[in-house]
Amino acid sequence: MRIARPLRLLKFRSGGLAPIIVILAVLLVLLTARQPDFLSPPSLMSFLGRSAPIILLAAGQYFVIVSGELDLSVGSLVTAQVVIAARLIDGDPSAGWPVVVLLLAFGIAVGLVNGLVTSRLRVPSFITTLGMFLILVGAVYLWSDGAPKGGLSEEFRRLGRSGFEDVPALGRIPYALVILLAAASLALVLTRSDFGRTLVAVGGNPRTAELSGVRVWRAKTMAFVLSGVAATLAAILIGGYSGVSFQAGVGLEFGAITAAVLGGVALGGGRGSVVGAMLGALTLETLFTLMNFYGVSGALKPTVQGAIILFAVAAASFRFPSR
Amino acid sequence: MSGLPPSPLLALRGIGKSFLGVRVLDGVDLQVRPGDVHAVVGENGAGKSTLMKVVSGVYQPDEGTVEFAGAPRTFRSPREAQQAGIGIVYQELTLLPERTVAENVWLGHEPLRRGLVDRRAMLSHTAGLLASIGEGSLPPDTRVGRLGVAQQQVVEIVKALALDARLLIMDEPTAALADHEVDQLYALLRRLQEHGIGVLYVSHRLKEVFDLSGRITVLKDGRAVATLDTADTSADQLVRHMVGRELSNYYPDPAKPQELGPVRLTVRDGGNRKLRGIDLRLRAGEVLGVGGLQGSGRSALARALFGAAPFSTGQVTVDGAPVRLRSPRAAIRAGIAYVSEDRKGEGIVAEQSVLDNALLAGRAVRPGRVGRGARTARVRELLAAVELRAAGEDQEIRFLSGGNQQKVVLARWLALAPRILLFDEPTRGIDVGAKSAIHDLVRRLARDGAAVLMVSSELPELLGMSDRIIVMRDGRIAGELPAGATEEDVVALAVGTVGEAAG
Repeated sequence: MRIARPLRLLKFRSGGLAPIIVILAVLLVLLTARQPDFLSPPSLMSFLGRSAPIILLAAGQYFVIVSGELDLSVGSLVTAQVVIAARLIDGDPSAGWPVVVLLLAFGIAVGLVNGLVTSRLRVPSFITTLGMFLILVGAVYLWSDGAPKGGLSEEFRRLGRSGFEDVPALGRIPYALVILLAAASLALVLTRSDFGRTLVAVGGNPRTAELSGVRVWRAKTMAFVLSGVAATLAAILIGGYSGVSFQAGVGLEFGAITAAVLGGVALGGGRGSVVGAMLGALTLETLFTLMNFYGVSGALKPTVQGAIILFAVAAASFRFPSR
Repeated sequence: MSGLPPSPLLALRGIGKSFLGVRVLDGVDLQVRPGDVHAVVGENGAGKSTLMKVVSGVYQPDEGTVEFAGAPRTFRSPREAQQAGIGIVYQELTLLPERTVAENVWLGHEPLRRGLVDRRAMLSHTAGLLASIGEGSLPPDTRVGRLGVAQQQVVEIVKALALDARLLIMDEPTAALADHEVDQLYALLRRLQEHGIGVLYVSHRLKEVFDLSGRITVLKDGRAVATLDTADTSADQLVRHMVGRELSNYYPDPAKPQELGPVRLTVRDGGNRKLRGIDLRLRAGEVLGVGGLQGSGRSALARALFGAAPFSTGQVTVDGAPVRLRSPRAAIRAGIAYVSEDRKGEGIVAEQSVLDNALLAGRAVRPGRVGRGARTARVRELLAAVELRAAGEDQEIRFLSGGNQQKVVLARWLALAPRILLFDEPTRGIDVGAKSAIHDLVRRLARDGAAVLMVSSELPELLGMSDRIIVMRDGRIAGELPAGATEEDVVALAVGTVGEAAG
């Protein structure tokens, strides 16, 4: 029993990780068939580094979705954070860390508002976060008079674009990957903590949770805050990697939701794992890379995401008919 | 024997079914003849529900054959079974409350005229069907939401008859009915019999089984261990087949006077939208039964004490100190636990594991700041102490029988060592074996010094378990009865033939 434990990950049980692992493996096989050196350390490290933001967002989205809600504001939050960072830093190398702290505070504040409006004022999260999405987009435009101002310092951008050089066997390890691994470990610890298990109960049956003494509103608000923090980390990496633009976060909320659903996190809450959500994001990125290699137009990305959401939700309801 | 027995309407041969490697049904044989009421009894988890779902096409058997009306059949969906003439009346009613009786009856196969729904035909067909089973007084154009549970059940049955059902499956049809409504159901079943309709009747209530059925099949651990003629069988024999023991000491002994401790809980003049003028004292060591009709405020009382639908007026004290029970969390912190009557909706998180469910309250409230390891160890002990039967603590709780789910809910509360326990229908939908285990547990908790308030609509349970009984009527306490009261005493207070003057 104890020895068999690690194998349980692969067992095809309800809500398990087996499907997403199989899909990812198939995609990787197809990818290496086309691009044999894709799995070589330098290419793989850079791929993982590039994928870090969406994986972070998927992890954040996991907490929100598993609690029974949805966060549509993360994409615009990423954009807002990048634009804010650029204006505050304005090329000043010494402003880096203070601004990181400020961004985190802003991400937490956005999560708090999302969470409290949803859980205390009982506005459906779909509407709350859609509103937040629009508020952030408009505010950022207004604040910067239509064009991003200032610029990120090289020091700030290092987080997103540099890494540990000359690591034996692996070559360069992007800082993004290190941040991702740290955040992922933290997320995993959180999902196994009292908070994490309680959050799943809140999503599974809020009535039962409430009657067992859970402060449902607090748990849900915490989930939105985590999503806000994840979006902030993603923004720091994206700003570093691709620079400042109003397009920085466009569409990321759907990417994150698609990834989570693909990874077996049930919309409506109560089922799924953060590892699944992150693997879902990795799978999505692998798929897009594959499409790229096979010359499929990048314009198809939203279509593919939409199809995946529909398919994954349908597959889930087929596997768990009781819902 | 002279003359052939009538050929069976339904014949199950060697039915087997497994889920996730667990054998739920194993070689079950069962025959229902036309006009026969065939009862299926067994502990929860014995496979009754699964068997009914096989017959009604929800599940397909892994082994064995289903013969219906003389021909082997494979039903791939409930719809196919319905079309073949198998109707099912579920434990939970599945009607649309905003639609009329007739609309519900013909839902999905409305009579058409020139491509449009023929309302007049729908109404007259429905009226005809209602009349044929002696329910002609029910107008077919009433909105279902306005009907009582018993009448809704009639609609469910008519719905099945509209599809020419020849076999009717009834799963715990009386679970939600008051006593006089049960009598109506009896009459209805007899008329169905006269029409030659076979009935497969699942119930926990042995009295009904004996009143209604001609034959009884006992399921135990997925096997049909006995098929009996009701007339030749006694209740004791039946229970022995089900659980392998006698029914003799069904209820644990009540509290002895010296076991009663100090007053744990008092309510003075408590009231809210559903309750008025509640005065109550609950002592350590006692089980206070709460009786009354559905809607009389008996559940509202438990919910008020738990802060789920709090008192808006009045004073409550716990162990002498005034408390404000404004939320379940506040009540839990005051040492109160609550087991809801709606286990699925309010008691469990269906898709979480047994262990997660049992840990839920402890994780949320963290009494005394016990460490995680100690808390988990304690819950494991409790799960063992309540004799939980599950494949493992990682099994999702929805796969457990009702009785075992209830044990998990109990373990969740016991982990907090509550001083006051509120039970609302603690054994609803739970089989005989698990039932007495829960009764024993409730009594043990009282004996260990907890104060217990137990709402029950089952009179034998209320009388058998309680040291004292209060009876609710119209949101008030209509009267109090000592241990040893009779069913008649409780009913008289509940319906209001006595006690009014005293108030």
